[in-house]
Formats: sequence, C-alpha cells, structure tokens
Amino acid sequence: MDLTLYVWRQKGPEEDGRLEEHAAEGISPDMSFLEMLDHVNERLVREGREPIAFDHDCREGICGTCSQVINGVPHGPQEKTTVCQLHMRHFRDKDSIYIEPFRAKAFPVIKDLMVDRSALDRVIQSGGYISVHTGGVPDANAVLLPKNDADTAMDASECIGCGACVAACPNGSAMLFTSAKVSHLAALPQGRVEAARRVCVMTDAMLDQGFGNCSNHYECQAVCPKGIKAKFIAKLNREFIKSFVR
Amino acid sequence: MILDGKSPAGPLAEKWDRRRHELKLVNPANKRRYRILVVGTGLAGASAAATLGELGYNVEAFCFQDSPRRGHSIAAQGGINAAKNYPNDGDSIYRLFYDTIKGGDFRARESNVYRLAMLSNNIIDQCVAQGVPFARDYAGYLDNRSFGGAQVSRTFYARGQTGQQLLLGAYGALSRQIQGGSVKLYPRTEMLDLVVINGEAKGITVRDLVTGEVRSHAGDAVCLCTGGYANVFYLSTNAMGSNVTATYRAYKRGAFFANPCFTQIHPTCIPVSGNHQSKLTLMSESLRNDGRVWVPRKKGDQRRPHEIPDEERDYCLERKYPAFGNLAPRDIASRAAKEVCDEGLGAGPGGRGVYLDFADSIKRLGREKIQERYGNLFEMYEKITAENAYEQPMRIYPAPHYSMGGLWVDYNLQSSIPGLFVLGEANFSDHGANRLGASALMQGLADGYFVISYTIADYLARTTPGLVSAGHPEFGRAEEGIRENVRRLLGIKGRKTVNEFHRELGRIMWEHVGMARSRQGLELALRRIPELRAEFWENVIVPGSGNDLNQELEKAGRVADFLEFGELMALDALMREESCGGHFRVEHQMPDGEAERDDDNFCHVAAWEFKGMGKRPELHKEPLTFENLKLAARSYK
Repeated sequence: MDLTLYVWRQKGPEEDGRLEEHAAEGISPDMSFLEMLDHVNERLVREGREPIAFDHDCREGICGTCSQVINGVPHGPQEKTTVCQLHMRHFRDKDSIYIEPFRAKAFPVIKDLMVDRSALDRVIQSGGYISVHTGGVPDANAVLLPKNDADTAMDASECIGCGACVAACPNGSAMLFTSAKVSHLAALPQGRVEAARRVCVMTDAMLDQGFGNCSNHYECQAVCPKGIKAKFIAKLNREFIKSFVR
Repeated sequence: MILDGKSPAGPLAEKWDRRRHELKLVNPANKRRYRILVVGTGLAGASAAATLGELGYNVEAFCFQDSPRRGHSIAAQGGINAAKNYPNDGDSIYRLFYDTIKGGDFRARESNVYRLAMLSNNIIDQCVAQGVPFARDYAGYLDNRSFGGAQVSRTFYARGQTGQQLLLGAYGALSRQIQGGSVKLYPRTEMLDLVVINGEAKGITVRDLVTGEVRSHAGDAVCLCTGGYANVFYLSTNAMGSNVTATYRAYKRGAFFANPCFTQIHPTCIPVSGNHQSKLTLMSESLRNDGRVWVPRKKGDQRRPHEIPDEERDYCLERKYPAFGNLAPRDIASRAAKEVCDEGLGAGPGGRGVYLDFADSIKRLGREKIQERYGNLFEMYEKITAENAYEQPMRIYPAPHYSMGGLWVDYNLQSSIPGLFVLGEANFSDHGANRLGASALMQGLADGYFVISYTIADYLARTTPGLVSAGHPEFGRAEEGIRENVRRLLGIKGRKTVNEFHRELGRIMWEHVGMARSRQGLELALRRIPELRAEFWENVIVPGSGNDLNQELEKAGRVADFLEFGELMALDALMREESCGGHFRVEHQMPDGEAERDDDNFCHVAAWEFKGMGKRPELHKEPLTFENLKLAARSYK
C-alpha cells in the first residue's frame, strides 16, 4: 500500500507545531500502525532528517504508552484497540491519514506526537490506592469477595492509563480514568475503608491538574482501548455524594 | 576466584530466619539519613521503592518510561505462583521449591529458591490487601490454574492481565510514598553509568530523556531493578525500550555478570509475519492448559488445519512427554516446536509454526468458558493475525522472552560491588537455566517487598550516611564519559540506521546463540559480533542533537551496549560445554535428543568479570551444592 501521512511536528512545548506531509510507501497490510511509522522513520533517518517522535513501548496494547490521534480519533478507527495493536489492513491503498498527539490542557506536547501525561500519575498519587504497609496483612482468603464484585473491580482496573479518554473529551476531563480507579477500589472490602476520602481527594486532584469536568458526552467510553464503561463515572458520582453522608 | 553465595547455614527451612536474625538493623530515626537509589519501576523496582520509602529511607526512583506504571512486568499475562495449596492438590513450599530447582535444571541456589517459595505466600496476601482483583470462584475464594512444569494448580491470575494488576498494586504503593514525600520519582530518565567510589556503589549518572541533561545522583546504596536483556535478539517479547544498559554498565564498573547465556525462548508466541516486524507477541502459557499442540504428520501438508483428520496429526508434546503433555516446561516445549519445524512439518507461511488447538476444549467446556478464561488473548491474536482462534487453531512459534542470567548477587541480593543490589529479572539468582511460568512476577515481588528491606539495612548499618555528594570528581568523570559517548554517536554520520545494526545483531544471536548452539556457530558469532560492532562505530547514523528528546540517540546507546553484551553471551555459551535448561549445546545431547547435563564439570554459576575493552573477561565460579535435593536427570516423561 502507498499512503500519504499528515503528521503533527512540533519541536518542543513552547514552539508552534504544524502538519507535515510524508509519503509511506510499500506498506504491508500485516504491519502494525507503529511499524508503518518505523518504516517512515527509517527513511527519514537515512536521509539525515529527524524521525517522527512518538511514545510506545510494549506494543502489546497493555503498557498504555502509545498515544496518537489518527484521523481525529484517539487510538484510531478500530474499537477497543491501542495504536500499537492497530494494523494496516484496516486502511486502504492511497488513503490519507492524519496523525496528531493527544490534545488536552493537562497534556502539554513534549515533541511531535509525544505528550506529558504525568498529571494522571498525580491524580493517582493523591489517593488512588489502598493505604496498606508491606507485611502484616491477613491471609488472602480471610476476606471473601463475591465473584460479581471481583469482576466489577477487574472491569474497572483494566484501565491502562493511556489518557485517550482525556483526549477524546471536549472538556479534557479525566473523569473516566479517575472513576475507574475509584470504582475498582470501592468494589473491594479492603478499599471501602478509605472510599469516601479517596473520591474527594482524587476529584480535587483532577481539577487541580487542569482536567475539565464531565458533561456526559461519552466520547471517553467510545475510544477507550480497554472498554472501560461510562457507568463507572456514575459510580464515581455516587461515591462522591455518599462521601457527604456519614 | 571461587565466589561465595553467602547462603546461611542450617536446615533449609530455617535459613532465611537465621539470616534475618544475623542482619543488622537501622533504627527508625536513622533511616531518613540514608538515601537509596532505585533504578527501574517494574514489579521489583516499584515494590522495593515503595517498601523502602515506607520504612523511612529517602528513596529516589528512576525509570525511562513516562510513568512508573509502564514497566514491562505489566505485560505478564498468565499469573503468579504461590504455594498456598488452596486447591488441596498436594502443593507445599517444598514442592514449589523442588519444581523451581528442577525446572531450572539444577543450576540455581537451593537457599534462594527455598526463600522464594516461602515468600510466595506472603506476596498473594500482600497483593489482595492492596486490592489486586485476582480471579475468584462463586463462593468468593481465590481461584487457581495450572502452569508448565508443575502438576499442581498454584497459579493465581487476574484474567489475562496478571502482571498489569500486580504492577498497578505496586505502583499504588509507590504512588502513596511519592505523595508522602519519602520517594522522589524521576520518570523519562535513563541510567547510563554506575559510580563506584572506594570500591562501593555510591551513585548513578543519568540522562534526562526530555532535555538531554546529563547529571548525577549520589546515594548510600543503589538497587538495580532494570529487567532483562532478551532484546539482544532484536525480536523478542520484551518491550521496545527493554535493554541491558544499566546492568551492562554496572558490569563494566566491576559487577560480575552471571550466566549470561541462560535465556528463555518462550514456546507460545505469534510467528513472525515479515521483515517489518518490530517485536513478537507472547500468547500466555496458560493457553496450554486447554490448547493442544500439534503439527501435520505429512511434510508440506497444504490442507487447512480442520481438514486434517486426527490420525494424521502429531500431538508432539503429548507424544514425547506423556506425564506433563502440553504443560511441559518452556525450554522443552520450545525445542520440540523447533524440532518438528526443522523436519519440515511446520504450519503456516514459511513453515515456522505449530498449531495450538482449542477445538477439543471448546467441545468439552463450551466456547463461553474458553472465552472467560482467555478472551483477551484470543482478541489480541485476532488483531495481529486477522484469524479467529475459536474457529481455527492458533499458530505459534518460540520467541526470546526472559533472561535467567543477570548480574551476580549473593543471598542478600548484593552484587560483587558492595552497596549495589540487584533485584528481579536483572539478577541471576532464582531460576537456574530455565524459568517456570508464573515465577517471574513472584521473584520480582519477593525481592522488592520482602527481601531487600532486610538485606539492605545490613549494608547501610555498616556505612556512614551521606559519605559522598554528587560533587565528588568521580561523578564528573562519569558525566563527561556519557557526554563524550553522545558526541561520538552523533558525530559518526554514517549510512546505516541503528535498527539495521540491531536487526543484524539479532540475526546472529538467534541463529548461533538461540535455541540450539554449537561450538562452530558460537565461534562464528564471536567473530561476527566484534566486526559488526566495529562497523557500527564507523557507519551508524544518528540524527538530531543531544540537547533535547532524541529517540534515535537513546536507541543507539542501548544497541551499542547490546553489541558488546552479545559477545559476552556467546562466550559464556561456548564455555558451558553441557546442555541444561534453555542452554542447548548440540554436541551435548542424549540419544533421544534431550539435554545432557554435565554435573561433574558445570554444576556452577559462571560469573564474568570485565577486564577492559578488547580483553577477555575473567571467569569466576560459584559452585552449586545441593544439600537437600539429589542432582537428577530432569524428566517430564
């Protein structure tokens, strides 16, 4: 396949960026999207030009590092798929593809397609955990957990922290991300103890970090590569209201 | 030199207790006077940094990723072993110990492995307390599954994402310490040198990957938790960023590198689809619980798999290893796949693949049950291959996956440099010549949560805190060395890309230092690698500058180290004139093609000491003594 790419190039956070045209020729349908970019980059390097900078690591759809907006959609056209797991067989010969970084107030661009998502880490640091010390814990089977609750917790904790939800949201909100962590821990007896405090500090941190609020567009759910459901946002709101009732 | 692993004396089950009693402690008020540098934030690094921070030490944690939640431990799919014996199927600490030693083909230290088996139970308790959502049954109890090399069900799992869930647990614990101020985090920061002052590890030199700034961090002790080196093969299941740089540069500063030739080739990966391939994807070993491995009996059989009747199929693992069947250990399953493909019986394009067939299990359990167990793996398989594994068998082939070798450490996880501790996959200690499935997560967390906190205190209690600052001239020299290396890489302006060199190195390693190794092939590799390295330093092209984010430059530094390290691996493989675990020397095999170990001459750890560029490293041996288990031929028949 031969494709025309329009790729966002930006030297640094303070510089202006622009779309740059690149030809991607001789692309195999079995290539992943990132392998297609590798192919283009190899050529750029050989020509002595700077390759396109993009974040990636595991290339198995689990580390959450890759972060590109393809033709206007975070992670591209295939549902429940990260960029690294998107394959070129989903495109056609002679297609034009627009590739941009995740865009949100809380995610400043570092270079080209790379953004700084450390704001998400700071939301977790504010309280997205169970405050347990190492050692001195009961036997793992001492506290029973209904399978449904375990499954709900697992559904929520599948979040890979990629930030696509933020990039897709017109408000740049991290509500789906935050709600996934709040819901995961609130579904477990071990996590209930701190549930009220957790939801308050995490939502505060979310606003402090420059994320917007939720106004029910559900774009986040549509682009989430792990299929995290917007119902968890409702759960977050419920936990938030509950935190006022003692 | 004969190396001493410093295992405690006494009966196996009491060794760890005895050692913990012998170790000195640091009193709570003094802990904050010590600074510990933890490099890497996968399972071992995140759990160590969190635990040490929580105890009151000043911890600095470093990772090259943008967030500590992304270490490659996250990609572990199948599970984590523990000797809980919840299913009441005959498991015990001793059996997990025995299985691990035997799985490693009697090339690991008894004392370390027994401690690992003991701590396995604490890990599960800890993770559940952290909120790791392990699979449960309908009564609310934890569920278990089976893994290769064991006849009991001792593997705890969280769908196909166990590594991710465990890492998120450790990341949560780490985040809590960051919030509390005891851990300072440096993401997008790569360690490029270890600083040794008066023979002790006192700091590291790093490059900020965003600004290009080279700077130093001084500490009272350093923990390397930087993972394995399977990317020396270019194509592996490791993440693109996984590299040997931190451990290799520590080696060049005097830390011994142990058993570098012990690498694991994992049997169930998606086969290579073309030259564009950038990495290989693992399909969890847990699939072998319900999938049957087979190839057509007829060479060049072009029929579609479901058109081949049962009697014309060779279920090669079940045939060769009736006792363990499809759950034979990884090294054995990989070699069996290679054998049938070498005979021309392989399936799929290029003939490098075997079928992993779920048809029988789907018939027996229903599609829904299979979907519940492996749904995300089947989805991933379909994304990559565009084939539906519910309807046709998966095609799999072995791929480099894990390194059992690593920096040499004693029982206290201290390397040959005092003050340098090595945890998780980065050390060599627990898996011998082959690691069993679901044991990597166990080791990373045992080291990080439950071992290092005791053993590092003993070292610290004997040192004066804050002995050196980053102003010490040794740091300046290390920084200048890194800057010079950057200038050199950028200045070559050759014609071949870093990837081309890496791919070529990978081909040499896979061909000659891969699944089957021969004297002739290894000697060839030992000639080819230095040639390739020389060409690299004359002809590599690295665009851009060193003063900002430059991914080609990062890659170039890592590949430069792989180009040196590959030679060490080949040398180690050449010197080990026996076959054991993942190290298979074609000259040393039984008449039936099984590995032939030589306990008289090679029942030792081979630890290599760097002697300078262009000089042959010196081999030191740590004899392995088996006080409890009898050295026996490993049989899974």
